[in-house]
Amino acid sequence: MSSSENSATDVINFFIDGQPVAAEPGWTILETARHHHIHIPTLCSHPAVTPWGSCRLCVVETRYGKRVQVIPSCLNPPVAELEVFTQSERVKNVRRWVLEMLLAECPASREIKKLAAAHGVTATRFAITDPEEECLRCGLCVAVCNEVVGVQALTFGSRGVKKVLETPYRVPNNACIGCGCCVSVCPTGALQKRLDTVRGDLSRRTGHGFAH
Amino acid sequence: MGKLKSVAELESLRAQVLAAPDRPVVRVCLGPGCLAQGADKVSRAFKAAIQERNILADVQPLIKETGCHGFCSQGTLVNLYPSDLFYVQVKPADVPEIVDQTLREGKVVERLLYADNGARYRSAAEVPFYKLQHKVILKNVGLIDPLDIEDALKAGAYRSLVKALTQKTTDQIIDTVTIAGLRGRGGGGFPTGFKWRKVVENARENPGPVFIVANGDEGDPGAFMDRAIMEGDPHAVLEGMAIGARAMGAEQGYLYVRAEYPFAVRTLNIAIEQARALGLLGQDILGTGFNFDVQINRGAGAFVCGEETALLASIEGRVGEPVTRPPYPVEQGLWDRPTVINNVETWANVPHIIDHGAQWYAGVGVPHSTGTKIFSLVGKVKNSGLVEVPMGITLGAIVEEIGGGVPGKERFKAVQTGGPSGGIIPYEFKELPPEDLKLDKVGLQPRGFMPMELKNLPVDFDSLAQAGSIMGSGGMIVMDDRDCVVDVARYFLRFLEEESCGKCLPCRLGLKGMQEFLNNFSQGKGAPADIDALASLGMALVDGSLCGLGRTAPNPVLTSIRYFRDEYLAHIVDHKCPAGVCRDLITYRIDADICNGCTLCAKNCPQACIAGANKEPHTIDQDACIRCGVCMDVCPVDAVVVA
Ligand SMILES: Cc1cc2nc3c(=O)[nH]c(=O)nc-3n(C[C@H](O)[C@H](O)[C@H](O)COP(=O)(O)O)c2cc1C
Ligand code: SF4
Ligand code: SF4
Ligand code: SF4
Ligand code: FES
Ligand code: FES
Repeated sequence: MSSSENSATDVINFFIDGQPVAAEPGWTILETARHHHIHIPTLCSHPAVTPWGSCRLCVVETRYGKRVQVIPSCLNPPVAELEVFTQSERVKNVRRWVLEMLLAECPASREIKKLAAAHGVTATRFAITDPEEECLRCGLCVAVCNEVVGVQALTFGSRGVKKVLETPYRVPNNACIGCGCCVSVCPTGALQKRLDTVRGDLSRRTGHGFAH
Repeated sequence: MGKLKSVAELESLRAQVLAAPDRPVVRVCLGPGCLAQGADKVSRAFKAAIQERNILADVQPLIKETGCHGFCSQGTLVNLYPSDLFYVQVKPADVPEIVDQTLREGKVVERLLYADNGARYRSAAEVPFYKLQHKVILKNVGLIDPLDIEDALKAGAYRSLVKALTQKTTDQIIDTVTIAGLRGRGGGGFPTGFKWRKVVENARENPGPVFIVANGDEGDPGAFMDRAIMEGDPHAVLEGMAIGARAMGAEQGYLYVRAEYPFAVRTLNIAIEQARALGLLGQDILGTGFNFDVQINRGAGAFVCGEETALLASIEGRVGEPVTRPPYPVEQGLWDRPTVINNVETWANVPHIIDHGAQWYAGVGVPHSTGTKIFSLVGKVKNSGLVEVPMGITLGAIVEEIGGGVPGKERFKAVQTGGPSGGIIPYEFKELPPEDLKLDKVGLQPRGFMPMELKNLPVDFDSLAQAGSIMGSGGMIVMDDRDCVVDVARYFLRFLEEESCGKCLPCRLGLKGMQEFLNNFSQGKGAPADIDALASLGMALVDGSLCGLGRTAPNPVLTSIRYFRDEYLAHIVDHKCPAGVCRDLITYRIDADICNGCTLCAKNCPQACIAGANKEPHTIDQDACIRCGVCMDVCPVDAVVVA
């Protein structure tokens, strides 16, 4: 896809759910939708940090000529004449499954329950591993700490299904300045409960660091 | 030998190597399959026997340790020159006989020849396994000594680089690759020439260095095509990269080699050193002013690092996690500069295209999938190993003629192509109920789905995609009636779950979630509606995941539901596993009419739950039986049946 027809200052005209919309250069599909009051659910997008694309709730179906794709709206800029669908079957299928799986992954989160219910998902078929869990590993806290605060008090440990949010080397961390930015961006409130385990406090040092 | 300062110097070196007196050669396969059979000991035995008999002066045999010969199930393989004899399953103890009989006397050791269906074959070329193959990339693998650049030169190495440097403009090189129709061998089948052209255009708009990368991460379980190339003919990869570098104006290449391939790393390092010493890599190559060098990067040990954006991140020293494309590597790759990343086998094709020309290459294979492809043929086939075939050959030809059919008395059931995220497709056409072909159902299937008699399915990028599978990197696993598709799908999901980077939710949670469904099925739990739920969860991964791993991971599940729904239903509704694999759903029973009371099963049963007097039919206590299947394995008369 090329946007060379549009010079850098031209708005990009395209369609969301049949409605003509205009995007300023540099906007993503998500930003354009928000500007036009079209709702797209998101969990891992925050204006303060670079989009990371982990939750995939913001997916939309796009049609450009013959090319039909399902893509995350928070990461993709529109092109002129693009048709975007925020409620197509394929989009709803992704959203519903992600939400149903999140109900099992973050059973303690009221926010997730609310969001899922808003999309008609009220129960989950999947096994709950930790009834106390709220963190969905969306990465917002890690990103804000690193990109905005400029320190690296938070990181992800392990990989794949074992991925956990921790402090580097899993010990409480003197890099944390206690600014609370991570708490404020966290979509589920998961970080609220953990903030005091992040900060370096030798008297509390357990060797296990910031347990999940 | 110092650096070669011109093409003439290279050719005079080549002439000198070619003019060396002819010697008898013993080529011992030191590929992965043969090594596992003790090939290194065979090679040492040859050297020892030759020394002991002191025949270096008169017979002058040369022991060459080569890469994989392909027919790995017959390892250790030994090929002899000039007699062209082909010995299989050679053990160190056989070596003195080969030396005494064949090397000294010129006699054939009959018992070491390959035999099949009563026929004995003297040379490899006659063996059915090799006959239908068309070796281009693998031609020198197994023939040359990979640690000796002169042996590679003898076989024609760097001839194409000379041609690219002296007879072709950079544009002409890219055109040749484009017209040849070369498509990426790393899985996606993306047109290589197109990618190269993009890099050149992007570099023109935004001047500065460009980079090229060879992807040798090869993480599919059971696949070793790229390993065979890197270990058996390393200069083919280096030469391909050098030609690409010339075409795109790159001065630095990176060869990303899987962490578990230390032997490949060693071989490539030696090859790079030798090429540098001759001035075939480095500054002012052959006095043409062309500069290019290659660096090896060891993989980070994760399957997902084979994905291009993760691989580039890993080379740059960042965490090997995929990032969203666009921007594509051809736009912003290594250090944000235009970068071409191609699979090792793709690179190894390049010298042949330049050497023989685009028309020749396009003439091999079928119109939209040209050239040859290497597959690693494993599973329930008699002959397993590496096979190189022209694109478009039928699956039946690969499985039955080259593979030699199913070894036991079972029937072919399915073939899984493309590694863990490929599709499971039935070997024989299955009548699908018309409602299964309705659009809403097909909508859950890979688009463009078209059922056909798989035996006649041409093996090329597009036909495989239409059957719901992928070419992938070339894995080919053959299954028979004793393989359960639910179990196989579960196995691949487990593998991919281990390998997922966990960045995006559909993949991280979905791979686990899909397994929950399959685990239930394998225990006979669930409702038929759950099959459709599983398929739609699969589609959520296809549509929602960030990188190719999550996007293709549901393939085995989706295709097996498509083609083997009856088998899923048998688990859920009848609580039976037709293949007799899923432990919770099977029972072992002894057929009293067949059992001769040998007591072997009773002696081997870990639960001691088989009773019966000597020479009397035995019985299994179902309550104590843990369904390990040992009795079935040991029964000499096949009296144990599973149901
Ligand atoms: C999870 C995943 C693993 C991959 N592993 C490999 C690999 O081991 N080797 C490879 O060449 N390509 C691999 N690929 C494909 C690469 O991303 C890339 O498409 C390829 O290297 C391009 O080369 P080609 O155009 O020559 O095929 C993988 C892709 C994904 C999504
Ligand atoms: S703690 Fe909150 S912000 Fe951080 S990864 Fe978990 S859910 Fe996201
Ligand atoms: S699809 Fe899987 S492997 Fe790829 S980025 Fe997402 S979690 Fe990682
Ligand atoms: S091994 Fe076979 S023949 Fe012997 S007791 Fe067991 S079932 Fe019978
Ligand atoms: S908001 Fe776009 S992926 Fe999470
Ligand atoms: S490893 Fe020897 S034939 Fe493949």
